[in-house]
Amino acid sequence: MADTAAMAWRQYRLERKLFWRNPSAAFFNFLLPLLFLAFFGAILHGNQHDLNVIVPGIAGMSVMSTTFTALAFNMTFLREQGVLKRIRGTPMPGISYLAGIAGNAITNTALQIAIITVAGRLFFGTGWPRDWGELLLFVAAGVVCFASLGVAFSHAIPNFDSAPAYVNAVFLPVIFISGVFYDAARAPGFIKGIAQALPLKHLIDGLSGAMVKGTSIATNVSALGVIAAWAVLGVALAVRGFSWEQRRS
Amino acid sequence: MRCVPECAIEVHGLRKSYGEFEAVRGIDFEVRRGEVFGLLGPNGAGKTTTVEILEGYRARSEGTVSVLGFDPGGRSRALRARVGIVLQSTGLYRHIRVREAVAHFGAMYPHPRDVDEVVELTGLAGKEDALARTLSGGQLRRLDLALALVGDPELIFLDEPTTGFDPAARRNAWDTIRSLKQLGKTVLLTTHYLDEAQALADRVAIIKDGRILIEGAPQELGADGGPARYRVAYRNGDGSVNERQTDDPTTLLHELTGAALARGERLEGLSVTRPTLEDVYLELTSKEPAGG
Repeated sequence: MADTAAMAWRQYRLERKLFWRNPSAAFFNFLLPLLFLAFFGAILHGNQHDLNVIVPGIAGMSVMSTTFTALAFNMTFLREQGVLKRIRGTPMPGISYLAGIAGNAITNTALQIAIITVAGRLFFGTGWPRDWGELLLFVAAGVVCFASLGVAFSHAIPNFDSAPAYVNAVFLPVIFISGVFYDAARAPGFIKGIAQALPLKHLIDGLSGAMVKGTSIATNVSALGVIAAWAVLGVALAVRGFSWEQRRS
Repeated sequence: MRCVPECAIEVHGLRKSYGEFEAVRGIDFEVRRGEVFGLLGPNGAGKTTTVEILEGYRARSEGTVSVLGFDPGGRSRALRARVGIVLQSTGLYRHIRVREAVAHFGAMYPHPRDVDEVVELTGLAGKEDALARTLSGGQLRRLDLALALVGDPELIFLDEPTTGFDPAARRNAWDTIRSLKQLGKTVLLTTHYLDEAQALADRVAIIKDGRILIEGAPQELGADGGPARYRVAYRNGDGSVNERQTDDPTTLLHELTGAALARGERLEGLSVTRPTLEDVYLELTSKEPAGG
C-alpha cells in the first residue's frame, strides 16, 4: 500500500514535469481560460452584474477543461501510443499510474481556481468567496464528475487525430449553453432545458453561490445532486469501458 | 507442469480464438532458463498473440501456460517484477528525457540496475538528455530495450527488437542480447530476420497458421531428416553449374564421384551445402496448409 502510494507520487511528479515541458498542453490547459477571463473582464469592465456571472462561469469552464478535456485527450494519446500498454507490463500498479495522471489534472484545476479567485478579488470586484467550504465542495464534486466523464469519453474517441473534433464537439456547445459567458437565466427555454440536464450549469450555479452570491449549500443541493448523478454515471462508464490498449481496427 | 525448476516458460496445448478466427491452434513448447529461444514465422502466424499471452496481456482460450512458475493470466505483480518486455510497437511520452525515462521505469522494480550502465549497454550514451521526440526510430527502439532491462529481469520478451536498425546498430543490439545470456537471463525472441535467429537463438520454433511446424537448434534444423535438403553442386565439362538436391548426400556423392572416376574426370568446384535456417524456413512456410 505504501509502495502503491509512493509510485503514484513518483508518477505524479513526472506528469507535472512533463506538463510544463509541453507548450501546447500548458497553453490549452492553463493559459486559455485565463485569457478568456482577462478578455471578458476587460469588455465587461464596470458592469458588475455581468462580472458576477463571468467569474464563476470561467471557474466552471476551467474545472471542465482541466479535467474532462485534458483527460479525454491524454487517455486517447496514452492508449494510442501504447504508453498504457507499456505501463501494464511493469510492476507498477495500474491504480498508481492512473492516480498520477488524475493528480496532474486536479493540480491544474486547483491552480486555475486559485488564480480566478485571486483575480476576482483584485480585478473583477467579486471579492473573496463568500463560503470557502462550499467552493471546495463544488470544485471537488466537479472534478470527480468531469474527470470520470473525460476518461469515459476517451473510450468513444477512435484515435488521437480525431480527439480535438470529438472533445470540442462536446466542450464548446456545453460551455455556450451552460452560461459560462452570460446569465443562463436569459437563455431561450429549450436551451435552458438542455443545460438543466447537464452538469456544467449546476456546477456554475454552485460556484456562483459560493464565490459571489453567498447562497448556502442548502439552496444549491439539487445542483449538487445533478453533478453527483453525472459523476456516478461517469465513474461507471470510465471503469466499465476501460482499456489499457487501443482497440484493433 | 513437468520442468518448472529448469524451465522459464512452459506452454501446453495453447489455443487462442478471436471470435471465429483461431489465431493459435494448439501449440506446445518449453524455454529453459538461460536460453535464448527464437519464435519465427510469417506475419499473422500467431507469434505476437502467443507472446502477449505469456506477457499477461491476453487471456488464452485453452491450454496451460507457466512463466517463471506463474500463470501470467493472474497478472501477479511479483511476476511482472521479474520480467522485461519489449513490445512490437509502443510509444512513450514525447517530452521525457532518455535518462529520466530509464530512471523512472527503474524505480518501478524492486532491484533495478544502474541507470547509467543500462544507458551505456543499450548504446544511448551521449543521448541521456535528449527528449524522446527527438530520437530516431532506432534510438527509440534502443530506449525500449533500456526500459525493459533496467528492472534487471530474469526473463526478457523481445518482439522484433531490431526492426528499423541499421546494420551496425543491429550488431550492437545482438551484443546486448548476448550479454544478457552471459548474465544467465532467459530471452524469448520473436523475429522475422532469420540471420538474427541463427546468430542469437539456442533453439527456435517456426510457427505458421497458429501451429509450430518444427522446433530445435538452428543448426540441427538443417541436419539429416530435416525438411530442407542438402545441395550438391559441381561444374560440368563445359563450365556450366550442375546443382542437385538430396536428403542423402552420402549416397549421391558416392554415385557422382564414382561415375566421374569411372569416366576419368574430376568434379570441378564440387561443394556440398547444408541447408541453412533460411532454407528450412522458406521450405516450411511457403507450403500451403495440407488438407486445407
